[in-house]
Amino acid sequence: QIHFILLFSRQGKLRLQKWYTTLPDKEKKKIIREIVQIVLSRNQKTSSFVDWKDLKLVYKRYASLYFCCAIEDQDNELLTLEVVHRYVELLDRYFGNVCELDIIFNFEKAYFILDEFIVGGEVQETSKRSPVKAIEDSDMLQETVEEYMNKPAF
Amino acid sequence: MPAPIRLRELIRTIRTARTQAEEREMIQKECAAIRSSFREEDNTYRCRNVAKLLYMHMLGYPAHFGQLECLKLIASQKFTDKRIGYLGAMLLLDERQDVHLLMTNCIKNDLNHSTQYVQGLALCTLGCMGSSEMCRDLAGEVEKLLKTSNSYLRKKAALCAVHVIRKVPELMEMFLPATKNLLNEKNHGVLHTSVVLLTEMCERSPDMLAHFRKVRQLSSSQLVPQLVRILKNLIMSGYSPEHDVSGISDPFLQVRILRLLRILGRNDDDSSEAMNDILAQVATNTETSKNVGNAILYETVLTIMDIKSESGLRVLAINILGRFLLNNDKNIRYVALTSLLKTVQTDHNAVQRHRSTIVDCLKDLDVSIKRRAMELSFALVNGNNVRGMMKELLYFLDSCEPEFKADCASGIFLAAEKYAPSKRWHIDTIMRVLTTAGSYVRDDAVPNLIQLITNSVEMHAYTVQRLYKAILGDYSQQPLVQVASWCIGEYGDLLVSGQCEEEEPIQVTEDEVLDILESVLISNMSASVTRGYALTAIMKLSTRFTCTVNRIKKVVSIYGSSIDVELQQRAVEYNALFKKYDHMRPALLERMPVMEKVTTNGPTEIVQTNGETEPAVLETKPPPSGLQPASQANDLLDLLGGSDITPVIPTAPTNKPASAGGELLDLLGDLNLTGSPVSAPAPQIAQPPFLLDGLSSQPLFNDIAAGIPSITAYNKNGLKIDFTFERSNTNPSVTVITIQASNSTELDMTDFVFQAAVPKTFQLQLLSPSSSVIPAFNSGTITQVIKVLNPQKQQLRMRIKLTYNHKGSAMQDLAEVNNFPPQSWQ
Repeated sequence: QIHFILLFSRQGKLRLQKWYTTLPDKEKKKIIREIVQIVLSRNQKTSSFVDWKDLKLVYKRYASLYFCCAIEDQDNELLTLEVVHRYVELLDRYFGNVCELDIIFNFEKAYFILDEFIVGGEVQETSKRSPVKAIEDSDMLQETVEEYMNKPAF
Repeated sequence: MPAPIRLRELIRTIRTARTQAEEREMIQKECAAIRSSFREEDNTYRCRNVAKLLYMHMLGYPAHFGQLECLKLIASQKFTDKRIGYLGAMLLLDERQDVHLLMTNCIKNDLNHSTQYVQGLALCTLGCMGSSEMCRDLAGEVEKLLKTSNSYLRKKAALCAVHVIRKVPELMEMFLPATKNLLNEKNHGVLHTSVVLLTEMCERSPDMLAHFRKVRQLSSSQLVPQLVRILKNLIMSGYSPEHDVSGISDPFLQVRILRLLRILGRNDDDSSEAMNDILAQVATNTETSKNVGNAILYETVLTIMDIKSESGLRVLAINILGRFLLNNDKNIRYVALTSLLKTVQTDHNAVQRHRSTIVDCLKDLDVSIKRRAMELSFALVNGNNVRGMMKELLYFLDSCEPEFKADCASGIFLAAEKYAPSKRWHIDTIMRVLTTAGSYVRDDAVPNLIQLITNSVEMHAYTVQRLYKAILGDYSQQPLVQVASWCIGEYGDLLVSGQCEEEEPIQVTEDEVLDILESVLISNMSASVTRGYALTAIMKLSTRFTCTVNRIKKVVSIYGSSIDVELQQRAVEYNALFKKYDHMRPALLERMPVMEKVTTNGPTEIVQTNGETEPAVLETKPPPSGLQPASQANDLLDLLGGSDITPVIPTAPTNKPASAGGELLDLLGDLNLTGSPVSAPAPQIAQPPFLLDGLSSQPLFNDIAAGIPSITAYNKNGLKIDFTFERSNTNPSVTVITIQASNSTELDMTDFVFQAAVPKTFQLQLLSPSSSVIPAFNSGTITQVIKVLNPQKQQLRMRIKLTYNHKGSAMQDLAEVNNFPPQSWQ
């Protein structure tokens, strides 16, 4: 099971936080600070895995964004890298050539897409198309188009 | 009231802030606006405001005042509202919040909504963060949706069920019926989530596991064959653009199936048998050029190793791991080492074949890889490869990061102990560790090493020489210095006499040795414990060195006034050893015998058989004058059987011999690192202030007193004690008794102690005895003076207690003296 997913920039600014376990707010902030520091200090020559407490951190950088998942001891790290990659692909499919700014200005969409891919820390859909289609269909259901255009420009 | 600014507008504005303070100001302004908007119960813009709040929450600002607003959004009919509302709930309304449960009803309604996307939102929220109560309330709805034909909802319901089971394990049973035909779906999402659900159930409940191994699924086949079939289809099927990842079809599903197979096959021959072929097929046919293929291979290897697979398959698995080790991708190397670590116990020989690759990984740049390689290396050391492996590991110890050094040093010591090919090699290895990582060695290693060194009797000269040379240059590494000090103290004589056979003996003078030990004592780098070692070592050398005893005496006496209490105490006691107990010094400081090893981890227990004398642990400090006499007195109170007795207060020196079997220093206490002090009696004369002061300047005897007849107070077993009396001419209440103890047997009586007790109305003072040995054949006596104060002029009665050693055994006797002549007390 994935315990949490964090997206943050190279300067350590948080862009998305999804928690699949219950923790106090203060604890979450502490964890974020700690993990951001650990990941940002890793150099190029190290692996993508870090032992952290009783969990394993799997992280990968895409352009200016770090994607970091915390998984349990019995979970497959290599597959988690694929999970992260699939998420980026989904974002890319939805936003078209996704970049960090897309995530910043449309953070709620990033969450919606994630929620179509993963529920309760487990992958719910392995198709590349399905999650994106679901979001697009949902977008069409929205009552006020003005502010929730499909792919808003910024 | 103008419309609240749009979300993207706000984001843009906040991003223009140049400082943290500026940002905070903007945020506060906007929060205030949002708050008043909430107060106005504005339905139109609630959604926009909550969205903004969520953005600010991500930046780290408090957003709790939006919690209820999220609830209102969820309850709204508008889809836009629900979307943001549920998002807000997932971010702000976890089960620790009071208002969490208020969501339950909304979620329940939405689970039955006509729009599947609304149902989806509800399922997602429940499945991500529903509390136990919520799960209990809504489990029924989830179970219903698990049976729907809508695959979009079914897959979400399955994961929701997983969450419910995690929160409320007792509810697992109710989902069992619905799982019957889950795997008949074609939809990959449903298949995947179903496998996850089945996995969760099997992992949690052995009963479920047994059930799923046996029971027939809807399409007349058991679970394992069904899974095998699905997996096979995935591998054999043609290209499916929707699920393809670098030529592999749905790797996520493949891995989950492999994991479920692992659980089903564990400890079960039949299940393991049924999956053998497919595992072999996956292991040999999976493309390894990309990460995705390796992810599948990795899971396959884990499954093979965990089930009851045939040996050919196991070898195949280990070889895959071996190939992983050679992969350029460090991630692959990393998981390989992790897996090998798990299998090294069970498939030791197979892993041994990859030893050299593993050792190479010690040089990897990634810290996690290095750690795993180190652990694995230690697991692979055996009698055959110990020399080569140790060489690599010592090299590693030299160059690795500080965080590894302690573990590595401990590992090397352990391995060396188990597999050392020779004593010399063992000592050399220890030396190497101490000199390269001397400050990282664990504290408990020091006594272990000392014990090891003691036992290598023929290596003593070599060891002490090497240790001496090691600390000559650098005495900052505490464990090294401690071991070295101890050895120099023990084997210093070998050092200066140049007896080393193993290597060229060095020329060292006694002074040079003392120089280095004194440097350790003085150095700021030395810990208190280390100083203790050094001081004791110096002391021991007083019996091993010949020319420098005076120097040693001087050093010891200097530290008698050290600020460090531990050192001070040792020095004072050693000083006493020089002064009063010099005759015992050689015996006490004798060479240590070979020690029994009791535990492998803790400090070794020392067998107390040093020399012929029996060490006894004395009171740590010479007690203040009142204390020890009081304890003596308590003993004597027993003698006289009642409370009508005043405590006897003999002078302190007479007590000392009584409190221990012998006045010996416990040098063996050195090796206890808590520094339990070595104790020795400190000579001390304590004069009870009140008694007989008046007598001190007066002559004690008068002619009248000379006429008092003497008595034999005790005569038994060859020990005779006579009392002679004198009366004071100044103080008629005082009687002075002189006892004389003689020994008519053929053997001396040693450690003789005389104690006396008198009735309450009397007071007694015992002065120091002339000695503690009564020579045999009446060739000498012990004399001791007792002063008795008898103000009420009562009949003198006395009970005496005698303790001494005779013919190798401890003797003790009690007697009453009633035959005092009247002139002695009237």
